[in-house]
Amino acid sequence: MTAGTARHPLVRVRGLTKNFGTHQVLSGVDLDVHEGEVAVLLGPSGSGKSTLLRCVNHLERPDAGFVEVAGDLVGYRHDGGRLHELRPRAITRQRARVGMVFQQFNLFPHLTVLENLTEAPVAVRGIPRKQAAARARELLERVGLGGRESAYPKRLSGGQQQRVAIARALAMEPELLLFDEPTSALDPELVGEVLAVIKDLAVSGMTMIVVTHEIGFAREVADTVVFLDDGRIVESGPPGEVLTAPRHERARAFLSAVL
Amino acid sequence: MKPQPTPAPPPADAPPATTPKSPPPGAPVVAGGDRPSDEELLAARLVPLRHPGQWASAAVLLVLLAMLVNTLLTNKRFEWGTVGDYFLRSSVLHGLALTLWLTGAVMATGYLLGIGIAAMRLSGNRVLRLLSFGYVWLIRSVPPLVQLLFWYELASLYPTLTLGVPFGPHFASFRTAHLFSGVLAAYVALSLDVAAFSAEIVRGGILAVDRGQTEAAQALGLGRGRIFRRIVLPQAMPAIIPASGNLLIGMLKATSIVSVIAVQDLLYSTELIYQQNFRVVPLLIVATLWYIALTTLLSIGQFFIERYYARGSSRGAPPGGRQHRGLLAVARENLPLLGPVWSGRHQAGLS
Repeated sequence: MTAGTARHPLVRVRGLTKNFGTHQVLSGVDLDVHEGEVAVLLGPSGSGKSTLLRCVNHLERPDAGFVEVAGDLVGYRHDGGRLHELRPRAITRQRARVGMVFQQFNLFPHLTVLENLTEAPVAVRGIPRKQAAARARELLERVGLGGRESAYPKRLSGGQQQRVAIARALAMEPELLLFDEPTSALDPELVGEVLAVIKDLAVSGMTMIVVTHEIGFAREVADTVVFLDDGRIVESGPPGEVLTAPRHERARAFLSAVL
Repeated sequence: MKPQPTPAPPPADAPPATTPKSPPPGAPVVAGGDRPSDEELLAARLVPLRHPGQWASAAVLLVLLAMLVNTLLTNKRFEWGTVGDYFLRSSVLHGLALTLWLTGAVMATGYLLGIGIAAMRLSGNRVLRLLSFGYVWLIRSVPPLVQLLFWYELASLYPTLTLGVPFGPHFASFRTAHLFSGVLAAYVALSLDVAAFSAEIVRGGILAVDRGQTEAAQALGLGRGRIFRRIVLPQAMPAIIPASGNLLIGMLKATSIVSVIAVQDLLYSTELIYQQNFRVVPLLIVATLWYIALTTLLSIGQFFIERYYARGSSRGAPPGGRQHRGLLAVARENLPLLGPVWSGRHQAGLS
């Protein structure tokens, strides 16, 4: 992107509200994430972190408010004072620009590692299979899994699977990467290898929103730490401020519990 | 391992910290004076638990089986010669051909409809869900034989069919008397029946695929059709195939109900013969042997399809090439009668 848009955030969330039945999971959340920035979402479980993340690529449909990515309204079209939900094809096109990494990896178990990485570039971007495979091998090398391309996901460790999932998201050359608790399903000794890959991406300037419980990781990598509680952002700012001197009582209690 | 000191050293001489392997004072060592030494235990041969009851029942069943084989061979009234005479008779083979293509056509049409009905049941639209549920409920409630007779008797219910706007003008009409021959009635009735059952099988298979798979595919920007064909359906197949194999084999045999409306399938063509020569049992055996042969072929086919869709699963074939197995192993693995191949199951468990 150019200097002209540098001040305009890549992700703009305004007034985002989401209910599951009678329970309000998100209550009017505002959030900006600028290009090249890493935002880490912290908060107790049930605070709405994952739902916020899933609204950014319209895996959840908000009940009020909106999300903008790179200036485009996500999932809706504004017309005559109304927001019309987009057709699946248009939403699909928007999602292709945003990568997502899940807690349970969600690799496709019936496809090899290489096929996991080439499926979307070939089917969505129309990249020739050979070219997509070459690019996939580069990405596997980058996440430290060169040579594992013909393995099936079930044959890899959790940490390896999650690194494949990251490579799969990168294969679509996204403008933005979303991480939903990427290390929560991993054995403790495998967490480091996944966080190292994410750190490496942060250094390379990738814009990311990361939901995690790894406070140490947040301190080291985040540009902004956002603390959610009960569907609201109660505190946000640079990790030095939010993590060391939280002003909000709920944030203080949470941090002292997890540290 | 430390050598075992002689039993019951005085506690004062041997503090527990220095000899951790020695039994604590008061342990069962004292109970029997003749406790074997560790060397003896290590040298002893392991004897698995014997199952004499299983062997006895196996022997009884083998005797019963021998009696069955004996009576099949010695009872002249089975007329094996007659069975041989009629086994490849052209009218029987024509009946066989009809059974085969009717089964194929019914399954193909039924599954196309069934996938649509399953999709309706899984859709977000309440009306579509309800209609799908209602269809499955109705068809499953009516015996296939009754459905068959309904379609065959359609002419008496609706003498003419008209083509036009619902509740409005019509453009053309047909007399139904010539529309529904026996074969067509059978095709329609059985297809609708398969549709209801396959819809449930397909729906179950799709529900067995983790929701995260669809979400991951959506997040990658894959379209809905692509997600279904490439991501969800292949993973639903391991759940769909065994039940579908059952349905297919069931339908192969269920087509024999068309004999009631005089459609010359495998069974009815043998009936026509024994109505003339009264050799009922040998001709029923002809039909039975053909059904057994076809079912065996389908079972073997199912085995290979199941193995194909098991790729990537922990139960599947090992990576980098397939195991080579003889036909006998395939049959043993697949036919419940003969039991699983022990080594095959063992390997699958390890991989």
